[in-house]
Amino acid sequence: MAEAAVALRPPLIEGDKSIAQVTHDVCAPMEARPTALWWAALGVSSSMLLLGVVAVTYEISVGVGTWGLNRTVGWAFDITNFVFWIGIGHAGTLISAILFLFRQRWRTSVNRAAEAMTIFAVMCAGIFPVIHTGRPWFAYWMFPYPNTRGSLWINFRSPLVWDFFAISTYLTVSALFWFVGMLPDLATIRDRATAKWRRKLAGVLSLGWNGSYRTWQRYEVMYLMLAGLGTPLVISVHTIVSWDFATAVLPGWHSTIFPPYFVAGAIFSGMAMVLTLMIIARRLMHLEEYITLRHIDRMCKLVITTSGIVGLSYATEFFTALYSGSSYEQFVFLNRALGPLFWGYWTMVGCNVLIPQLLWFRKVRTHVPAVFAICILVNVGMWFERFIIIVTSLSRDFIPANWFHYAPTRVEVATLLGSFGLFFTLFLLFCRFIPVIAVAEVKAVLKYSKPRLESAHE
Amino acid sequence: MSKRLLVGVFESEDDTLAAIRASRQRGFKIVDVYAPYAVHGVEEAMGLAPSRLPWVVFALGVLGGGLKVWFEFWTTAVDWPVNVGGKPFNSLPAFVPVTFEVLVLFAAVGAVLSFVFVCRLYPAKRAVLPVAGVTDNRFAVVLEQTDSTFEPVEVQQMFEKLHAVHVEEQITGEVA
Repeated sequence: MAEAAVALRPPLIEGDKSIAQVTHDVCAPMEARPTALWWAALGVSSSMLLLGVVAVTYEISVGVGTWGLNRTVGWAFDITNFVFWIGIGHAGTLISAILFLFRQRWRTSVNRAAEAMTIFAVMCAGIFPVIHTGRPWFAYWMFPYPNTRGSLWINFRSPLVWDFFAISTYLTVSALFWFVGMLPDLATIRDRATAKWRRKLAGVLSLGWNGSYRTWQRYEVMYLMLAGLGTPLVISVHTIVSWDFATAVLPGWHSTIFPPYFVAGAIFSGMAMVLTLMIIARRLMHLEEYITLRHIDRMCKLVITTSGIVGLSYATEFFTALYSGSSYEQFVFLNRALGPLFWGYWTMVGCNVLIPQLLWFRKVRTHVPAVFAICILVNVGMWFERFIIIVTSLSRDFIPANWFHYAPTRVEVATLLGSFGLFFTLFLLFCRFIPVIAVAEVKAVLKYSKPRLESAHE
Repeated sequence: MSKRLLVGVFESEDDTLAAIRASRQRGFKIVDVYAPYAVHGVEEAMGLAPSRLPWVVFALGVLGGGLKVWFEFWTTAVDWPVNVGGKPFNSLPAFVPVTFEVLVLFAAVGAVLSFVFVCRLYPAKRAVLPVAGVTDNRFAVVLEQTDSTFEPVEVQQMFEKLHAVHVEEQITGEVA
């Protein structure tokens, strides 16, 4: 009975691949010359990056006065972008660590790219708090080192210090996880490379990996340890980001729902971004047999689940405001839905709660262009969510005499575009130089769903 | 000291597992098994002792977390106490987030460093493969010819019966 059920399960990888074919399919596009489309995409993204570099250089040389901030709204575009990118950066570790612990073997086709995306997104996120300090050359003051000012130590009670530790730990651990996950594949590249520089480089990076099972055994244990550590880490990072807001007394921020609400939102936006990138990558690199409609279907299910949690959080916030009896809380939420930024609020609700409901239908989940469009909208919605949370609460707080509007300047918009440029430039380079699919892990799931009998020689 | 090795090369994980089991049953010394991916059940078949890495990771995590709690306490309550919003100098609950992050950092970096240390992996190390293709699509079972009772021809036949694509004898100077 169990045998029959296993045999009926569709395979994870289509096309009945042999082990050598997997190596070839993933490595061959990297060894070929880049296509014109790749160059065009790199041209666009690096121009955006250049725009961002110009904007940030201008902002640093002139000061944060080049932004639309004022005495009432001291946090706006930059912190929105920071939370947005950190959120995107949550899907990679979710896929590589949490789904690994849950033994979701379909993750093998997408984990490498998702982890890469995580690292690039966290790098983009890290830029914003640093430039927002106004004097980024003193950013190292965040680090508790013995200094000549006392030593005056950093304030360990401050959520911004927690944030610094959370994000630097997250970046380090994600990068390590990504690198050790790549070791067997780097060895594969080294052993099949014909170009001398590629063999040399992969030789240095693969640390002499030779597929010895004594190494494999320890490797598996180490990977499990990293996954076990990465799971609470990923949840802690966005929890701490949400505390940046929740520990303040501002209405609309001072709420215990923030950690789960932010974590769900992060996974939601991250999954949407992974889907966006995978849909592009599977098409560009001809990986349709590895990243199948089943993978897309499953990721869509995670998107709809987290969309539900995010929608519930929106409703809960309103209910709590009503039930609290606090007129400030009630005002903040009415102001969000009906105030000057009402269009942003309803964009957020529409993109994050209403549109993802389409994913209840299998037809939509397996229709790639539809999924792509929904994912783009989800990311727009999640960006607006952070913007609305940050700006509406700040611009109209307790005393109406303090109220003030906020509008972004060109420098701020250019910085946001620049962060997208950095993200896509890094991702395109990743597609060229690193196997987009975890070769060794995919080889291990080739037999998934095939009963042992079938593969025997008899 | 030179060693005489017998290398059986296979092309499927099932054959490799069968070869490992057969070799163990006959009492041969398995030097190592090489595989392009982690095959479920090989470590049990080879009879490898479970890795002690989890204990190392646990110890490092405790060390990192402990050091951080001490450091936060020492900087904020002992070395230069600063009154921040009337909060107590020793604000233990507020130290939890950073302590957790440092704990994870120590454990994760420690896990990777102890892994590369124990497996003697380092940048630019020259990879020694028993046969070409073990990082692509070949599996290799390496046996050591320990004494005169080891009959290479017989073992070769055993491997070939298990669909070995290739069996070869190797003599090595020093096996890493």
